[in-house]
Amino acid sequence: MVAGKAYVATEVPGDGLERVWSVLATVADPEIPVISVVELGIVREVHADRVVITPTYTGCPATQVIERDIRAALDEAGFRDLHIVTTLAPPWTTDWISAEGRRKLHAYGIAPPIPAGERDVKCPQCGSIETEEVSRFGSTPCKAQWRCRDCLEPFDLFKCH
Amino acid sequence: MASLPPIDLPSNASGKGAFDAPATSDERHVLFDYLLRLGDDSLILGQRLGETCGHAPSVEVDLSLSNMGLDLIGQATHFLNRAGEVEGKGRDGDSLAFRRDVLDFRNCWLVEQPNGDFAQTMARQFLFSTWQKLLLERLMASSDAFLASVAAKAVKEVAYHHELSAEWVIRLGDGTEESHRRMTDGLEWMWRFIPELFEMDEIAQRAAQCGIGADVGLFRADYDRIVSDVLAQATIQPPANQRPILGGRRGHHGEHLGHILAVMQFLPRTYPDATW
Repeated sequence: MVAGKAYVATEVPGDGLERVWSVLATVADPEIPVISVVELGIVREVHADRVVITPTYTGCPATQVIERDIRAALDEAGFRDLHIVTTLAPPWTTDWISAEGRRKLHAYGIAPPIPAGERDVKCPQCGSIETEEVSRFGSTPCKAQWRCRDCLEPFDLFKCH
Repeated sequence: MASLPPIDLPSNASGKGAFDAPATSDERHVLFDYLLRLGDDSLILGQRLGETCGHAPSVEVDLSLSNMGLDLIGQATHFLNRAGEVEGKGRDGDSLAFRRDVLDFRNCWLVEQPNGDFAQTMARQFLFSTWQKLLLERLMASSDAFLASVAAKAVKEVAYHHELSAEWVIRLGDGTEESHRRMTDGLEWMWRFIPELFEMDEIAQRAAQCGIGADVGLFRADYDRIVSDVLAQATIQPPANQRPILGGRRGHHGEHLGHILAVMQFLPRTYPDATW
């Protein structure tokens, strides 16, 4: 929840918005620490007075941790007067995960969401497309549990959302 | 679907105390009550699914049920926080969830039904998620911008709940003799609570008129078609000759809700200043 008090405009220290973006790029997603909140598409906008973020899933327990981590990173970098505003619309989609974010997911062992038009899920271990779903839900709401029929390794698939 | 007349509140019972009955002439009251209905449905079903954590038949199913519960609690947080703002008496989502008693809850009977075995849990999920998905699709066009944005977000999650539960209804129904019997029993238990989902009482009508809510009657045919399609694939005959039970939206609940609340509310009621 955003604090109810009115915002008092203050000058942003440093080189402005690019610096804010680069600070945000250091904040890791608490569930998938190899990817940043920027790469995940959680940070929607950065303004002189506020940072706008959006939750991935409505009930994602990481949402509060993410806000806390962003707050801490901004405070640490001297952006103490930047507000963090949470918005629900438009709803978050996996389309907002950056190309770099997708590459990092894959390297970490999580199959990235499949772009529209593609059907094959590639095993992040051996690259085979001989894969099958084990469970609709994996270790977090955003992931499904899959298995490779070639190397027999189980893996997480970031669900298309 | 139901051929017998419903069991509703006795004609001389208002369900709630007359003082607290919502004033349907006031749009704010209508919005408050409507948000409570949405929030309480999600909250109670989310709590029910939470009960299965660590008790599901397999670890994959355990994850599915807990994650669906999490989605629902997330929705409830949005709906109830907003309800508290609309009410304007300083209550937030937590105080609405943890400091109200049975008669003040507005959820439908379906979501408070016990988990039973896994088939019964999935029967309840399928009948509810199918309805909730159709409802949220319409609420995306609500005149209340906040409600519309929560609906647009939640509908993507609920589409998954619908798909998952439909698959289990088919898998169990069209499975072994034992799983078929259990799914048939599960649907038999839950079936009488479907008509309440499509009830258009005064609040629901007013909410639809002023554009906040949706007219559930508009998707009744879609609902019946989807459900009978899945049941046909599951080789299950729809239950017959049941009397629908109504009244949850007016605070009239079964014996189960009080037990859910006792567990859910114990901690915040025992330690009112506890924070987390």
